[in-house]
Amino acid sequence: MADDTLLAARGLSRRFGAVQALDNVDAELWPGEVLAIVGESGSGKTTLLDVLSGRLRPDRGVAWYRDPAGALHDVHAMPEPMLRALHRSDWGFVRQNPRDALRLGVTAGGNVGERLMAQGARHYGRIRDTAQDWLERVEIDASRMDDLPRTFSGGMLQRLQIARTLVTHPRLVFMDEPTGGLDVSVQARLLDLIRTLVANLHIAVVLVTHDLSVARLLAHRIMVMQRGCVVESGLTDQVLDDPHHPYTQLLVSSVLQA
Amino acid sequence: MTAMLTAERLRKTFVLHLQGGTSIPVLDGVSFSVAAGECLALSGPSGAGKSTLLRMLYGNYRADGGHIWLRHDGADLDIASAEPRAVLAVRARTLGYVSQFLRVVPRVPAIGIVAEAGGGDRAAAADLLHRLNIPTRLHSLPPATFSGGEQQRVNLARGFIAARPVLLLDEPTASLDAENRDIVIGMIREAKARGTAIVGIFHDAAVRDAVADRLYPVTPLQDPHDRDHSDQRAAGAAR
Amino acid sequence: MTHGYNFAYLDEQTKRMIRRALLKAVAIPGHQIPFGGREMPLPYGWGTGGIQLTAAVLGASDVLKVIDQGADDTTNAVSIRRFFARTAGVATTTVTTQATVIQTRHRIPETPLRDGQIMVYQVPLPEPLAKLEPSRAEAARMHALAEYGLMQVKLYEDVTRYGHVSISYDYPVLANHRYLMSPSPIPAFDNPKLHMSPALQLFGAGREKRLYALPPWTEVRSLDFDDHPFRATRAPQVCGLCGAADSYLDEVVIDDRGSRLFVCSDTDYCAGRQEAGHGG
Repeated sequence: MADDTLLAARGLSRRFGAVQALDNVDAELWPGEVLAIVGESGSGKTTLLDVLSGRLRPDRGVAWYRDPAGALHDVHAMPEPMLRALHRSDWGFVRQNPRDALRLGVTAGGNVGERLMAQGARHYGRIRDTAQDWLERVEIDASRMDDLPRTFSGGMLQRLQIARTLVTHPRLVFMDEPTGGLDVSVQARLLDLIRTLVANLHIAVVLVTHDLSVARLLAHRIMVMQRGCVVESGLTDQVLDDPHHPYTQLLVSSVLQA
Repeated sequence: MTAMLTAERLRKTFVLHLQGGTSIPVLDGVSFSVAAGECLALSGPSGAGKSTLLRMLYGNYRADGGHIWLRHDGADLDIASAEPRAVLAVRARTLGYVSQFLRVVPRVPAIGIVAEAGGGDRAAAADLLHRLNIPTRLHSLPPATFSGGEQQRVNLARGFIAARPVLLLDEPTASLDAENRDIVIGMIREAKARGTAIVGIFHDAAVRDAVADRLYPVTPLQDPHDRDHSDQRAAGAAR
Repeated sequence: MTHGYNFAYLDEQTKRMIRRALLKAVAIPGHQIPFGGREMPLPYGWGTGGIQLTAAVLGASDVLKVIDQGADDTTNAVSIRRFFARTAGVATTTVTTQATVIQTRHRIPETPLRDGQIMVYQVPLPEPLAKLEPSRAEAARMHALAEYGLMQVKLYEDVTRYGHVSISYDYPVLANHRYLMSPSPIPAFDNPKLHMSPALQLFGAGREKRLYALPPWTEVRSLDFDDHPFRATRAPQVCGLCGAADSYLDEVVIDDRGSRLFVCSDTDYCAGRQEAGHGG
């Protein structure tokens, strides 16, 4: 792997019973690069996300992560405290359902501030200022800062999750269908927001989605998965506009055009 | 004169797996070179593969054979075999492309789309939009609801704002009226004068005559009755 | 004189088991150690954890004091004191300075503790994260990795809602810069007394069968924010009996007309001051 690769995987395999969820998958990610993993459900894309982020161990293969100091770490050989610390600071995870990630009994400000406090922030006023700044960045009115998330709409909840994740300026964020389950108009706003934040903050993203238009809008590169294998990968527009693999051609031709 | 862009024995065949693996050869043996300040017009009948060729030059379609040498950051880089990262860097700094249709980004206003391509310079973006007769009241609106001609002009503004050394134009005046067409001709000429190398498809003979230095004929490869396959393919992919 | 019981009620093997757990607890200040708690002749919630710890550390020459809500004369305090007088034959006292072992519920004496004394706290809920993290396994992991951001979030929410941290008792502390610890349901007013105490402080939870400890001279910090520092608060009155302005006060109803009086919760401290001539 090259000197500035942020995340690299070689030969990742993982089996669940009779199902080969991952079959000898390689992947690489550069700083600031958005990589979309697409495929239909059961193709192994979420398994790949879980393995890359260290939440799941592969049966075979290895994934490395380069820390800000330039040192390489085997994601699955990392001591648990280090992996958890990484997930609280330099990494982020955005789930499809924000209710799985947010603390619904804690105010919006507290949700955004949690990662700061987990990193040792102990100045209430500064935590609050930062939380307010982030709420504004994700277009949540500052007057909602002390409200509980259970009073928020689905789109607001997802934006709150993004603020909560990005507040520590992670260099790598894993996203699992971040716009799934939202109304189309809400999706568009969220996509634009993610696109802008990720580009401005130079965040690398591994994005799992079944929605090719989401991949097209957000991702520099795309990996198409089918039955645990990567069947095609490359520049997003190249793969989507000139698909070579039969499965990719099927996926692309199955998309409804507005 | 330095060649900015050189196509070398380019070959392209579409394989349609959903139609029983039908192979459609579209291009073979395409070779040409464009120098700085020069405009090469691709000519040939509809369906001959002109748009396909342009997309290959941009790295949007993959070449099955041959090379696309592009002068990038003082060295020659082969787009046909470059890593995705390298292609993105080329597009960011060296290679511009104005497609026939604007691919709309949801919620981003016209001025944002143009400014983003121009390194964030909103004043320059506004000037260019004005020059292309996009009134100020439209600048802050997302172009999704614009007319075809307005969208095309936003697209042109986006393509021209960054002044890239190599520019690819796919029917840049297709949906424009005479006044706006003349403005675009002026912009293409200015770009050439700045030293921009241009490869374009100009359906409008008057535009072509006004800007092109040379023609490169693209000829259909397969039997005429198969041609609609590649049309379909190209149109399907060109969305 | 132990009326047929083994010294201090528990058998020697059980006391050894508890002492081993206590040694471990002292070695890792604030860290909860499971122990094989025994059934005691009083219900959970009445101090079974504290009694087992007291039984394990008590020697024949010890002098025992037991307080409940600061008072030596409440039912619980009297019962436990009598229990050990009967089963261990140890001397008992109500005077803080004379005691070598002090078992307590809800208070730390006002009179400063000294080197050689042992405080035994009765603890209902030893896990400070219990209300925030329902999974015990996850709470254990948070302790292991010192991930206490969530507790800070709770304080953030308090300051946001009330303008200050609203926890008035069982205010969470960090022991020796490492383990988040419940100080037992003592008022936050008493938290500063935990810090750098010359006494050995032992904490026992009978129902949960866990114990933990603070060795003498341990740093104990109450969680707070730099710009909202911890403050030990008390009712802004003086004691109606001894006039103390620095002690923790209880509000008591003194007649059928609802008249109220603020008095020291620490009865020994209050009595001592009254004997010395102070009045309300």
